[in-house]
Amino acid sequence: MSQTHRIAGGQIDRSQTLCFTFDGIPYTGHPGDTLASALLANGVRLMGRSFKYHRPRGPLSAGSEEPNALVHLRSGARQEPNTRATVAELFDGLTATSQNAWPSVKFDALAINDRLNTFFTAGFYYKTFMWPKSFWERVYEPIIRRAAGLGALTRTEDPDEYDKGFLHCDLLIIGAGPAGLSAALTAGRAGARVILADEDFCMGGRLNAETLTVGESAGADWVAAVVAELSAMPDVRLMARTTVVGAFDHGIYSAVERVSDHLAIPEKGKPRQTLWRIYSRRALLAGGATERPIAFENNDRPGVMLAGSLRAYANRWGVAVGDRVAIFTNNEDGLRTATDLQAKGVDVVAVIDARTDGPLLPGIRHLKGADVVDSSGRLGLTSITVRQMNGKTEILRVSALGVSGGWNPNVNITSHHRSKPVWDEAIQSFVPGAGGPPGLSVAGAASGVMSTHGALTGGQAQAMAALADLGILAKADRLPTAEDAPVSITPKWYVWGGKGRAWVDPQNDVTIKDIKLAHQENFTSAEHLKRYTTLGMATDQGKTGNVLGLAVMAGLTGQSIAQTGTTVYRPPYTPVAMGVLAGRSRGKDFKPFRLTPSHVWAEEQGAVFVEVGMWLRTQWLPKPGETTWRESVDREVLATRRSVGICDVTTLGKIDIQGADAGAFLDRVYANTFSTLAVGKCRYGLMLREDGIVFDDGTTARMGTHEYVMTTTTANAVTVFRHLEFCRQVLWPDMDVQLISATEAWAQYSVAGPNARKLLGKVVDQDISDVAFPYMGAGNITVGGLRARLFRISFSGELAYEIAVPTRYGDALIRRLVESGTEFDAVVYGTEALGVMRIEKGHVAGNELNGQSTALNMGLGKMVSQKKDSIGMVLSGRDGLTDPNGYRLVGVRPVDPSGKLTAGSHFLEIGAKPVIENDGGWLTSKVYSPHLGCDIALGYLKAGDQKIGQRMRVVNLLAKPATETEVEIVSPHFVDPQGERLRG
Amino acid sequence: MIIDHPILGPRDAQEFVYLGDAVLMNRPDGMTSGIEVFHDWLYTRDNPAGEHRELWYHEQGDRSWLVVTRNTVTHEITKVELARDVARRMGRTK
Repeated sequence: MSQTHRIAGGQIDRSQTLCFTFDGIPYTGHPGDTLASALLANGVRLMGRSFKYHRPRGPLSAGSEEPNALVHLRSGARQEPNTRATVAELFDGLTATSQNAWPSVKFDALAINDRLNTFFTAGFYYKTFMWPKSFWERVYEPIIRRAAGLGALTRTEDPDEYDKGFLHCDLLIIGAGPAGLSAALTAGRAGARVILADEDFCMGGRLNAETLTVGESAGADWVAAVVAELSAMPDVRLMARTTVVGAFDHGIYSAVERVSDHLAIPEKGKPRQTLWRIYSRRALLAGGATERPIAFENNDRPGVMLAGSLRAYANRWGVAVGDRVAIFTNNEDGLRTATDLQAKGVDVVAVIDARTDGPLLPGIRHLKGADVVDSSGRLGLTSITVRQMNGKTEILRVSALGVSGGWNPNVNITSHHRSKPVWDEAIQSFVPGAGGPPGLSVAGAASGVMSTHGALTGGQAQAMAALADLGILAKADRLPTAEDAPVSITPKWYVWGGKGRAWVDPQNDVTIKDIKLAHQENFTSAEHLKRYTTLGMATDQGKTGNVLGLAVMAGLTGQSIAQTGTTVYRPPYTPVAMGVLAGRSRGKDFKPFRLTPSHVWAEEQGAVFVEVGMWLRTQWLPKPGETTWRESVDREVLATRRSVGICDVTTLGKIDIQGADAGAFLDRVYANTFSTLAVGKCRYGLMLREDGIVFDDGTTARMGTHEYVMTTTTANAVTVFRHLEFCRQVLWPDMDVQLISATEAWAQYSVAGPNARKLLGKVVDQDISDVAFPYMGAGNITVGGLRARLFRISFSGELAYEIAVPTRYGDALIRRLVESGTEFDAVVYGTEALGVMRIEKGHVAGNELNGQSTALNMGLGKMVSQKKDSIGMVLSGRDGLTDPNGYRLVGVRPVDPSGKLTAGSHFLEIGAKPVIENDGGWLTSKVYSPHLGCDIALGYLKAGDQKIGQRMRVVNLLAKPATETEVEIVSPHFVDPQGERLRG
Repeated sequence: MIIDHPILGPRDAQEFVYLGDAVLMNRPDGMTSGIEVFHDWLYTRDNPAGEHRELWYHEQGDRSWLVVTRNTVTHEITKVELARDVARRMGRTK
């Protein structure tokens, strides 16, 4: 038998039947249902187990505030934890399973926690799992995590796509209830660009859940007519299934659109969700209000529900949650549930009304001044205990109880800029305070105006005011008539005998007893209360429980609720999936690769690539028969030093610098001098930060009187450019100097080795003999008539050139160089061989340019000219940076050539204990040098310049067991220290 | 946040890189000022709760350095100028 609890009416399409399963059992529902409404229609109230006590739980609400009915939605890789059944749209084939229950939701082994509840009060974890300290991470936490908690992750990749988008509007309206719709009509008719967003899949807000009329129409029919009119307006964008989750600066709001959550699988090309960044000139919050319960003992049983939600299930979804129903209320709105349900033929057993005044409902047993004091039913409500005004108690057999403790305006977004809500005595709730996000106004129930008439007029008035601010004239059209009932409420927060458990926050299993304990231990402020008891944490963020919790604390301290205050509301308004925050920035799309001009060629050769910053560079190029990377790298190094090697160095940053003051500018940004550099020459440049630490290095060539080309390291290309712009625009604004980044404009290859000149001679059109193109020469040349640049610079220590051609010819040039190099047995080498050769030569790179080292540390102290002002010159002279016994760059080789070195190892004197006082410095870079046939390294050693020739130890205390090697401190220049090769 | 660029109009703050307090514009002359002066300029800052002049760089845009006057409490931006114009007004030249 299916849908036993379905009654007449509602906004569901009964002509279609949708099949779904919950915990493996098949059920049916209709389009328009949520998972919760469909399960309730099938008589299923039990949907999960609670966080701590594993208490049986069913839905408390019919909306996004739901604390209890959290399920795993879907299965396999698309399974999603902690999905609120109350907002999950039903679709054909939906599968859902309950969470936090084992072996099943009906029989949960950990329900034993409920029996042990006296141990599990607030602060339990802090007090119990203190000792021994080391147990927390490995023993206690894993156990607690398994026992307590929410849903589980699939640990498989989400197969769906998520997207991000940007929208602009004059007026963003948050919430499409009567206030939002009224505002949208007003603004839309005035021709303003309007976005109307609502978290529900069906616009209309509470009008869908009520039997109220607007004008001559039923509320839902009025909604349909308004939505139809708005849909026809070209400048109005209606966004259902879209939750505005946060207010940010300058009118920017973020919203999550659940594009495909109502489908089993997203349509082809559609994302599951989209994160919108909405730029609004003005915004209006019309987010309505959320009902709150009254706490009483055992008030958490499936079947105990918010009165307005019980009514919503009946009116909107045609579901009678129970056949015998009672209402417990302290306000007039609760009575609506009784009358609506009775009109639908549901047996309303009694209305328990905490108020003592006012008229009695006709035809219903209306108990004034009465309380619900307890309930029973193991897996769902079977009866309640009522205490009447005269003190007499009575047990009523009911299967559903609607509870209303009043309505909390949804002020959250008004508080995202730290504005505190203020207490409104008349409605016994917090309403938006002053100082909310600039440009945001509030209308309807969110502003504390609870009637439909108030919502319609407020929406219209606030829209007109916002548009008037923008100079857009909107007309005050005549509004339809609607109910305008005043709020009648008597404060009634809880009924508690002092012994049992009365739930305040069912999601976190926080009871009145826990709040009492917090008070007892002096955690009385709203923020302390939250952290001590976990009140208002997790997915629902206390939407139903927070104000109730504050009221309980206020009662204990004797302060008013206004004095007790609230915690701060922060984005997001409702839970947001990590996937939509990432958008398309997933996997390789998170950080796309940049490819060098030789990439296709290198791929053809079977190159092994490595990520260097954003770039993918050739690491080495294995030849057939080579089985280890070392074989390939050793071969590349030896072949380069023996004959010639080619390496793609396109990734180095290149900056064209032009203008009459270009030379003077370079003198300021480099520690050494460039204005004196001859045209057609290049020079190594050392760039400092203003604090005296080395920032970057590279060679800069003077291509003309007023034209230089700077190279930077690959890693710092962007930051150096930014820095140069700062110097040019801000520090010396009148210098005649212009910059342009040319990194992407030129493909650049290094050609190094004794035969480099012979090889290049076959490729370039000009004479590049030592006389015509001497060491450190630079110039514009041509390659087969094509413009090119040539620099005679060397990173490897060999006779070497760097040749650059426009990027689109980079592929042709690598092929030409390789082909021309055949007769010399030329190799192409990757970054590993590049690294080996620069360490053999003693050049610093990233490991030495570590953001902590000075020119002096690197042995380049003399490069910092004192004859001119330059960035970092002054502060590099500070005492701490000029210690004669400070770190100096040294070379290191093992005394025994078979000895192994490890980068990061520390220097110790022979016989010295490995303690921090004896630490002499560390190895920065280490390679195996095929040239020398042993490991070699560079390192920073205290007073290293005075220790050349000495023996020390390098120890690696991180290895297990620790290793150490006896080493000789040598000059960092292992190869050709006199520089004869590169001048050859 | 939105920064109203003096040349390009309102741009999202995501296009910019933040550097810090605009006092960084006040670089002393290295040939006439010593370590103490440079130290104070580089390291000492006010940390106002309220109006703050700061340097932003339009890296994903026209590469202008801007001086933005922003309230650190409300994030309200009351003035945006080209840093070059401000620097010239301060008497900075070459």
